[in-house]
Amino acid sequence: MNKPLRRIAIFCGLLVLALLIRDNYIQYVQADSLRTDTLNRRVAIERYATPRGDIIVDGNPITGATKSAKSGINDFEYKRTYKDGAMWAPVTGYASQAFGATQLESIEDGILTGNDDRLFFRNTLDMITGKKKQGGNVVTTLNAAAQKAAYQGLLKQGKGAVAAIDPETGAILALASTPSYDPSTFAGNSSSVDSKAWTKLQKKNNPDDPTLNRALRETYPPGSTFKVVTAAAALQNGLYTSADQKTNSPLPYTLPNTKTELKNEGSIPCKDASMRIALRYSCNTVFGKIGADLGKDKMLSEAEKFGFNAEQFTPVRSNASVFPKSMDKPQTALSSIGQFETAATPLQMAMVASAVANDGTLMKPYMVDKLQAPSLDVISQTEPQKMSEPLSKDNAQILQSMMETVVKEGTGTKAQIPGVTVGGKTGTAQHGVANSENPYAWFISYAKLADGSSPVAVAVVVEDESANRDDISGGGLAAPIARSVMKAVIDSKK
Amino acid sequence: MSSSTNTPTHHTSTIGSIGTPSRRNTELALLVFAVLIPVFAYANVGLAIDEKVPAGLLSYGLGLGLIAGVAHLGVRKFAPYADPLLLPLATLLNGLGLVMIWRLDQSKLLQSLPNFAQAAPRQLMYTALGIGLFVAVLIFLKDHRVLQRYTYISMFGALILLLLPLVPGLGANIYGAKIWISIPGLGTLQPGEFAKIILAVFFAGYLMVKRDALALASRRFMGLYLPRGRDLGPILVVWFVSILILVFETDLGTSLLFFGMFVIMLYVATERTSWIVFGLLMSAVGAVGVASFEPHIQTRVQAWLNPLHEYKLSQAGTHDGILHSEQAMQALWAFGSGGTLGTGWGQGHSELIRFAANSDFILASFGEELGLAGIMAILVIYGLIVERGIRTALAARDPFGKLLAVGLSGGFALQVFVVAGGVMGLIPLTGMTMPFVAYGGSSVIANWALMGILIRISDTARRPAPAPAPSPDAEMTQVVRP
Repeated sequence: MNKPLRRIAIFCGLLVLALLIRDNYIQYVQADSLRTDTLNRRVAIERYATPRGDIIVDGNPITGATKSAKSGINDFEYKRTYKDGAMWAPVTGYASQAFGATQLESIEDGILTGNDDRLFFRNTLDMITGKKKQGGNVVTTLNAAAQKAAYQGLLKQGKGAVAAIDPETGAILALASTPSYDPSTFAGNSSSVDSKAWTKLQKKNNPDDPTLNRALRETYPPGSTFKVVTAAAALQNGLYTSADQKTNSPLPYTLPNTKTELKNEGSIPCKDASMRIALRYSCNTVFGKIGADLGKDKMLSEAEKFGFNAEQFTPVRSNASVFPKSMDKPQTALSSIGQFETAATPLQMAMVASAVANDGTLMKPYMVDKLQAPSLDVISQTEPQKMSEPLSKDNAQILQSMMETVVKEGTGTKAQIPGVTVGGKTGTAQHGVANSENPYAWFISYAKLADGSSPVAVAVVVEDESANRDDISGGGLAAPIARSVMKAVIDSKK
Repeated sequence: MSSSTNTPTHHTSTIGSIGTPSRRNTELALLVFAVLIPVFAYANVGLAIDEKVPAGLLSYGLGLGLIAGVAHLGVRKFAPYADPLLLPLATLLNGLGLVMIWRLDQSKLLQSLPNFAQAAPRQLMYTALGIGLFVAVLIFLKDHRVLQRYTYISMFGALILLLLPLVPGLGANIYGAKIWISIPGLGTLQPGEFAKIILAVFFAGYLMVKRDALALASRRFMGLYLPRGRDLGPILVVWFVSILILVFETDLGTSLLFFGMFVIMLYVATERTSWIVFGLLMSAVGAVGVASFEPHIQTRVQAWLNPLHEYKLSQAGTHDGILHSEQAMQALWAFGSGGTLGTGWGQGHSELIRFAANSDFILASFGEELGLAGIMAILVIYGLIVERGIRTALAARDPFGKLLAVGLSGGFALQVFVVAGGVMGLIPLTGMTMPFVAYGGSSVIANWALMGILIRISDTARRPAPAPAPSPDAEMTQVVRP
């Protein structure tokens, strides 16, 4: 019986061998994909096992961490907390034990949890020296005073958004959106507290959609503020070469190939007005005709140089603003005054103002200045990057003088700051079928100091509650907010 | 080295004697390791979870040491020539299992589940009972050949045990498999674990008598020896009973183990490969046939083929209470999260597997916390136990002992393969428990009894002098036709 016994011994050995091979397969070959599978709850447990690193503004953390309530089965050790959560939500996003993470919290999750590969060496050292693993920090470019000015200005007006940029670097200084939400309210995973808060915030339960980041993710018709882009296109393409050259524009202006008359708001001196006058009074007829004269391709190419039709990664993604790619002549005219299908995020319009202020050079917008290891060593530093050059220096300065006229004696007087040169443009965008809904009040502007430097460009949009169809409402509702944001930036520079 | 005081008799027997040294001191030295490793592991878990050496370390260490010591003394006294590896290997597995069960007892998540009760103290008690039975086997079973007398009683006993869970009012359906009986006041019992041993006794006794008939009376057909119809009887009965278990108790594991053990023993007894071919064919027919209409088995197969899909279904609540479909994926995640070296004892999250983390899925708990390295070590220990068992069968001088030893070790190997393969997703999950490491009274007690019998056979096999009553009849009766 010994021969079959030996065979059985070999057979049993093969059984064990099969198990060993299978084990090597799942614990070595497949281990990483199983370990990092997002459905594997250990990933979330790990994320909250140590206090997350902080998101920092002006040297102060706007986030924190606290021990989770230990209610028996809660296996998440630490919970995220936020200071002024509602104000900073468009910057931070949220990190919730139950509902995942978004925006900076999600994009820089590796640094914040300390799991990023770039921290591997330090983590290994810490493990050897017995230090607990810690998360790194994300240092933002934001300006706390500007953010506060933006948020509080918006709160007074209801719904809206602000984006402010440093024109010389592209650093984002303010990013506010109202109504907002406090990410602290659902940072945990209790079904009685956090889930309820979360459910209340969802769009289907809350038509105001507070979790929408209006500064980056909502596109509005830009209205008359888009005339800045049209003016830039006219200058760049040599249609007109100075601010004060008379334009060849009739009043009223009939859209090409149609019998539709393009009108202005009120009776303003737009016939053959120079671009300076036309921008000051916000003449639809003049800029509509400029757009039609330049044609679709030239307008499109200029708009895209300003960043239209592309998502921006700041690194938080912003929606792509829209300048239509296919349209006929009358539609081109309408698009050129910010109507038809033209739509822009507040960030996009801030980029337009910043490119003008920065003598024609558009810098890539960014909001993460640097990433720090737990030891505060810098892991990566963002270098300002040039994105494009929509205007020559000369043309940019012509456009600046036009925008400065708007603030000095045009529709944007409410943005004036004593001792500072401010350039701007108002806008009121109609929307809804037959303008049935409240228009959007826009204001884009930049500030220039006496030394010629330009520390801030800002775009404000207010979803106008007072339903004023007048272009003045951009100047009335949005300009004061822009002013206070610019002033906050200038004051903090002193 | 040898503690034996036997006078050197130097009988030259035709059956070669295997090594005279008793190796009892080797066993003792190995046992010291087998106790110390779990004690260190226990301290490790305490340090990892509470950052202090657990309060029960001394009593736990003494307890395990005492149990191992009693077992060792039992072997030294009643089976001095036994294989020195079997006891330390089993003790090590049992000790590691206890540590893991204790570690899972500390989990907040498991404590929050309904019906939670500390499992480690009870497992320690079962271990003590198991060792008690182990020593009792050594004391009362002076010669394993005695068991031959109980061949047919064993058959009835095993059948009754296997069918008990089907008795209304006695059987308990726990998570979809009816393999338990509940005894009021005592708790639940898994008769299949005991039936495994008793069946091996029956098969060994039966095959020893019938092996020649089964081996010789056959016709040659296409290179295979086809058995006669009437000799096919027992194999058909065994096949049928295993199908019954599969259908009515929905217990794939036990029926596979039971049938596989029989085929192995049949092959060893007859030395005819044709029996293996038949066995494989019949188990394939049975498995496919039952799987085609049994929803419980189908779910297991689904969960094996696509665990992630089944996990999502069970999360969405579309499955009606078959929790194993979720656990298959949880186990894979546990293994993957452990990786090569594991998270370290006490630092994983095996409790995510929920209630089965310390029983059916304890291997996944080990996989997470001890990693690939730990699992490979555990699998190799199982492999060593099996191979020592087969070594015992090779060394045994009587066919009954050979058959019994190979049946027990082959069954043990099949059980390890079926459970570990199921937990690791190599084959569909069956819901049996890992011998010695998993929580469960029936399993621990039955497997210690199994070790007792193997050690008894190996003692007889390795004893230098021929057995006290060498009965030549045992060989003779086989040629004499009844």
